[in-house]
Amino acid sequence: MLSHPEMEPRMIASDEDVLRAAQEWRTAGRKVAIATVIETWGSAPRPAGSHLLVDGEAAFLGSVSGGCVESEVVSEALEVIETGVPRLLEFGVADETAWKAGLSCGGRIKVYVERVD
Amino acid sequence: MRSDLLAALNAERAARRATILLTYLASGAQRLVRPAEISREPLREELENLLRLGRSGLVGGGSLFALVQVPPIRLLILGAAHIAQALAPMAHFLGFNSVIIDPRSAFAAPERFPGCEVIAEWPQDVLPGLGLDPYTAMVLLAHEPRIDDPGISAALGAQCFYIGALGSRKTHAKRLERLRAAGIAESDLARIHAPIGLDIGAASPAEIAVSILAEIIAARRRKPLRAEQAA
Repeated sequence: MLSHPEMEPRMIASDEDVLRAAQEWRTAGRKVAIATVIETWGSAPRPAGSHLLVDGEAAFLGSVSGGCVESEVVSEALEVIETGVPRLLEFGVADETAWKAGLSCGGRIKVYVERVD
Repeated sequence: MRSDLLAALNAERAARRATILLTYLASGAQRLVRPAEISREPLREELENLLRLGRSGLVGGGSLFALVQVPPIRLLILGAAHIAQALAPMAHFLGFNSVIIDPRSAFAAPERFPGCEVIAEWPQDVLPGLGLDPYTAMVLLAHEPRIDDPGISAALGAQCFYIGALGSRKTHAKRLERLRAAGIAESDLARIHAPIGLDIGAASPAEIAVSILAEIIAARRRKPLRAEQAA
């Protein structure tokens, strides 16, 4: 029988695991940004406090939207890693960019992206 | 985020202590607020509410973000019978840390609960060393006063956020009589969920496990109804 690793609960990184990983990545000398959902409207897929961790090589862990806008957040995070200036991002169906990024559930989310210094 | 704040957040969680990280969105400035310090905060009501629900959110009219970190739910299962075998893996999937306690070593056999901590001792002997706290839920499945009653006393004393006891209304009425006789206050007795689980007509052990876990989630996450808030 084929194994289904996605069915194994330990494979789902909790937001706490993400913060622990952020510390480990930083300690290992990687450049790191943390993106956090700070506000949601409507049927947003992940609640406030959900994290996406991104490093300077665009590797990431966790989730802010269940996959809908992660690629957009990763590219913004890479710039935050360069500049060190936090950014506030907004995604939702009313927004043309977000529509392309595809928050298809119809919700809206605000994401705060900051570098770990 | 400063590395030292990140390390402090992780350290507080590892020690099973609740913490709030406040971010001033305009400046990016951040600081930690511990539960004992909330009473001195200008935004104490908003922060207390978020902490109680274990939820993060904007406060101060949207000018600050409060990242609320509460310890993961720990589930103590007293009584290692059939329902416990369904409950433990489901609780694991939900991210709860489960511990099973039953002095009957035939029931509390590790091979019946793969990946779970199983303790074949009397509750009164091991509960004091387990550090029960307000982020702990206790489920009593043994139908056995010598297991149930010490568990209930310990859970009430430690302010566990959920205490549920298996058994019919008749069994529970007898249980309440015993606990009353042992000097436990009515207000404490009212905190025991019995018969255990949401009333969804659960029949099989797995279905009963779902109803128990749903009741635990509701106790942790549900906002009080408007009527309850007004009361």
